[in-house]
Amino acid sequence: MPRNLKTRAAIVLIVLVASIWYLYPPKRSISLGLDLQGGIHLVLGVETDKHVASQTDRAAEDFRAALDRRGIAVKSLVREGLRAFTVELASPQSWNDALTVAGEFQTFDRGREDQGAGRFTLTMSEREALRLRDDAVRQGLETIRNRVDQFGVAEPTITRQGEDRILIQLPGVQDPERAKALIGKTALLEFKLVNENVDVQAAVQGRVPEDSEVVYQRRVDRETKEERRIPYVVYKRALLTGAELTRADVQADPNSSGNWQVAIEFTPNGTRIFGEITEQNVGRHLAVILDGNLQLAPRINERIPGGKAVITGQYTIDEARDTAIVLRAGALPAPVTILEERTVGPSLGADSIRQGMIAIVASALIVFVFMLVYYRLSGLIADVGLVLNLVILLACMAAFGATLTLPGIAGIALTIGMAVDTNILIFERIREELKVGKTPRSAIDAGFHRALRTIIDTHLTVMVTAAILYNFGTGPVKGFAVSLFVGLAASLFTAYFFTRLLFDVIYMGRRKVEAVSI
Amino acid sequence: MIQVFRNPSYRFIENRKWAYLLSAVVLAVCLGSLVTQGLRYDIDFTGGTLVQVRFDTAPSVADVRRGLARTGLGDAVIQEFGEAREFIIRVPLGAASSEEMGKRVEAALAQEPALGKVEVRRVEFVGPQVGRELQQQALYAVLAGLGGILLYIAIRFDIKGGVAAVAAVFHDVVVVLGALSLTHREFSLPVLAGILTIIGYSVNDTIVAYDRLRENRGKGMVKGKTFAQAMNDAVNQTLSRTVLTAVTTFFSAGVLFAFGGRTLEDFAFVLVVGVVTGTYSTIYIAAALVVDWTRYVEGRVRAKKALVKPREARKIT
Repeated sequence: MPRNLKTRAAIVLIVLVASIWYLYPPKRSISLGLDLQGGIHLVLGVETDKHVASQTDRAAEDFRAALDRRGIAVKSLVREGLRAFTVELASPQSWNDALTVAGEFQTFDRGREDQGAGRFTLTMSEREALRLRDDAVRQGLETIRNRVDQFGVAEPTITRQGEDRILIQLPGVQDPERAKALIGKTALLEFKLVNENVDVQAAVQGRVPEDSEVVYQRRVDRETKEERRIPYVVYKRALLTGAELTRADVQADPNSSGNWQVAIEFTPNGTRIFGEITEQNVGRHLAVILDGNLQLAPRINERIPGGKAVITGQYTIDEARDTAIVLRAGALPAPVTILEERTVGPSLGADSIRQGMIAIVASALIVFVFMLVYYRLSGLIADVGLVLNLVILLACMAAFGATLTLPGIAGIALTIGMAVDTNILIFERIREELKVGKTPRSAIDAGFHRALRTIIDTHLTVMVTAAILYNFGTGPVKGFAVSLFVGLAASLFTAYFFTRLLFDVIYMGRRKVEAVSI
Repeated sequence: MIQVFRNPSYRFIENRKWAYLLSAVVLAVCLGSLVTQGLRYDIDFTGGTLVQVRFDTAPSVADVRRGLARTGLGDAVIQEFGEAREFIIRVPLGAASSEEMGKRVEAALAQEPALGKVEVRRVEFVGPQVGRELQQQALYAVLAGLGGILLYIAIRFDIKGGVAAVAAVFHDVVVVLGALSLTHREFSLPVLAGILTIIGYSVNDTIVAYDRLRENRGKGMVKGKTFAQAMNDAVNQTLSRTVLTAVTTFFSAGVLFAFGGRTLEDFAFVLVVGVVTGTYSTIYIAAALVVDWTRYVEGRVRAKKALVKPREARKIT
């Protein structure tokens, strides 16, 4: 009595058609993991602490400037910890004025006041610090995405991982070192005035005015590869940053052949500020600093109204191109460090695919022949189920957008071995029932029925371990967990539901069944 | 019809003392190796840099080391990998800035005249933070796996079965780790995945036997039999399936081991060893322990009864 034979056949047909639909065309449907197609896998840690600290520094310098505008002299201004700075006024008389200025810094709370000494501390609120940390990661993500887009990588994956990490996967990148440098560069472009009132040598030895700092210009001799570091003293306060850029392009350096330079263009706001800076500081030197390295410090001869400038620094064409990319994409709000890196060359990936395919085919063949020899027609039914299992497994991976990794291939090979377990359980059970003298039909019925409970138990336990693996693992191991999990789920369908259907079609439709080929 | 076993009635449970002895010896060897030699953790867990290189012509390890010594990497671990011209170089953390290690290794090896052309095929860097986290997560994953299984079997069957199954799985994990230690293989992320798979496989096997025992009991087929006999029957009845599945899984794992390439070799090794020990432990650890535990509990119940009503108790035995 074939129960709902047509309905069951229809379900199988629908699953089969859906699978084939998802699998077509095969090249595009399943994405290969980096370990198979080659590429870079990077986990970056965003140093959010530094972002908070630099924002505190910036606020401190802004505070100093605000006091300065009101004619309040500052004796000292020091950052304490990540998000606080303590100011000491030159004279306690200006206390009330200073407090008014401090009130304008709404994200900072005043504390540790000592009016007699004219000293108080401003601390950034917890909430603001949290927001800054989150911003640092989100902006970093956005910036890196921009850079990668401009670098030209097909199908990159750039996602946030946990609180302060960024996961980057770049398939098929040929020059990993260059890609890494491009991604990891903070690319903070700053324009600062050179402090020409101090002795540079004294500053290098540590006697730096509080509002200034020492930066170095690196000059590498192309011939001897020798590196010189030329010190400059600049004011800490950045007058303009790379945030105000709209364009950055590579140009040949007209003054020094073989070198390249980056031409930049400011936003309207940046153009206005740049005009003001150059107007007010004619005759002084303006330092252009990229990631703490001074690139050049030309003398301002006159007001520059057009909002255009050139950064020269003895760049090769690749250096200039990458600098232009990072300037266009903007700076990372906080520096990043590489926590984990996995780079696989394309030739290794191709080898892995070849070996993995051999393993799958060999493993499938052995199991196929074994089942056929041992269980005859029933074995053939199981084999058909196994093929369907593989089709569904691959289709599910295509449908969910899962990636096939090398351990994932191993998972498929293993699934083949374990999927027939279900059929072995059922077939052994049918044999037993036949042995105690049941008719073929009732033996098949009993075999499927009695094995079901065990089958569900075994599938559930392995799926539990697969789920744990998935939750825990990194890329390749996750791939293994996915193919194991999906393979087992599919095997419930194919090894039980589907083979049962075939058995019913073959044995239940006929009037009299003499024997079961098992 | 081909059949491996016709009406098997091996006295597995009766002979369990010998199996206990065997298990004790194997466990002692494995634990001994783990204590004296330890496990070699891969950079996934220790942190560090791994560079896989291939030369045009097969060089000696000494040549490779001489090349590396040029950049002060002379104490790196150098291993042949799969074939004679392919090597894996492991540099511990802190030896140098890991970010440019691939480049450094390539440059150093390219300069050594004894080595021919070199191709960097893979660079992996795991920072100290990630390594520590992975270590911790690996431990959690195994514990979560064991805990989940204990819970599942305790609910599905009983607590004795759960504990015995976990003991069997634990045995398998120790044997696999011991085998890794004895063969000087690295404990890496894929190996961990293999171990978790084996945990699933071993429990799978155990559940099939338990399930059968429960079914037999439900049908009243165990009347007049001791628990040990009932368990022995269940093991025998499921023996064909146990062996056949072990064989097919063993084939699959064996094929991976033989043809899957060096990258998958350690993973496949775990599976091959695990299938064997997982099948063994179902019978001789999971089933046998439940039997002994049940006897112990029944013995205590009897002893208690014997204290109260000595005569009646004697009748029962």
